[in-house]
Amino acid sequence: MGSSYTKILKDGLLDENPIYRQVLGICSALAVTNLLTNTLFMCFGVIFTASLTNFTVSLLRQHIPTRIRMIVQVIIIASYVMMIDILIKAVAPDIHRFIGPYVGLIITNCIIMGRAEAFASQNRPLPSLMDGLACGLGYSAVLIAIAVVREIMGFGTLLGIALPARELWWTQWTIMVMPPGAFFMLAIMTWFARAKLVKQEAS
Amino acid sequence: MTPLSDMSFFASFVLIFVSAAFTDNILLARFLGMCSCLGVSKKVDTSLGLGVAVIFVTASTSALNYLVYQYMLVPLGLQYLRLIIFIVVIAAFVQLVEMVIERTSEKLYNSLGIFLPLITVNCAILGISLFMLNKPYNFSQAFAFGLGGGFGWFLAITLIGAIRERINESALPRGLEGPGITLIIIGIMALGFIGFSGMIKI
Repeated sequence: MGSSYTKILKDGLLDENPIYRQVLGICSALAVTNLLTNTLFMCFGVIFTASLTNFTVSLLRQHIPTRIRMIVQVIIIASYVMMIDILIKAVAPDIHRFIGPYVGLIITNCIIMGRAEAFASQNRPLPSLMDGLACGLGYSAVLIAIAVVREIMGFGTLLGIALPARELWWTQWTIMVMPPGAFFMLAIMTWFARAKLVKQEAS
Repeated sequence: MTPLSDMSFFASFVLIFVSAAFTDNILLARFLGMCSCLGVSKKVDTSLGLGVAVIFVTASTSALNYLVYQYMLVPLGLQYLRLIIFIVVIAAFVQLVEMVIERTSEKLYNSLGIFLPLITVNCAILGISLFMLNKPYNFSQAFAFGLGGGFGWFLAITLIGAIRERINESALPRGLEGPGITLIIIGIMALGFIGFSGMIKI
């Protein structure tokens, strides 16, 4: 049993990584990644929602009529997102002002719905919880990588702390703070990941 | 700059429409609706179909959600339920539209119908309803915001579709095919749209 959990975790993080492999759920990935602090809150929200939604959907899988399962899943997701929204508002009101609407948009993040539909509706609760967690972590890994590059290049800071003596050696790339920077970063990451994949398939 | 509330009905309507469509483009500046955009924008025809459906649904649901929020949730003090209510309104509306189109026009259903289920999970729709709440809009202004947002998305996805049709014929590094090159195109378009910023400030 232990090995299957490791496999689920590894799939979510690397082999089936939701962002660069399946190119899902990138809407919110791009909007919040110009500051690492915002990104960390967003990742927390996604991990929380993905794992608990999977768990709940899996628990209820025999009781949800097939015809209306979409709407039931959406309502389950929306309930968890609401909790996260209220929680972030209480803990970090300043950050909530920036990422508030994007936290709400976790509801329509295709990763969560996709995993609930593809994995949780056919598997037992614990593996489903694990799958949600793995997908959330895989998503977070890509987001954090993008955010680190964008914040360092765009602002010359990391987690809001300025790099040492940045005025001397660093010119800030304003473009990295703006939307195009996010698109280019994600494009470069997908390119690398896919190129590696093509090579693997060839060998 | 005169505040929105002092402007004539028509001026504020046009201003909000243009700013939602160009300066604050929902796809290029707010990153919303990317998933369906990457999936569907391979051809101009399908992009057009989905784009028109999105305009219709955003305009209607932003007006609908505005009414629900202002006249049901605010008086009852239930604002924290907005996420759940909005998504249910959107899903129900899309379902309704699908049924009406199916009964009344087979032609329209065949060209538009396949896109409708995709729209419920399009984050641009929910996003417009949520961003609308951050601004002091009245009913007609909320409608203009929805209409403009939908039009901006339509414009972006159609242009991307047209560029992708051309790019399909060129040789690319294999890792860059599909989503990679599309993201770069979108990035360059976003750069272009930055030129609109500062044109209008609301």
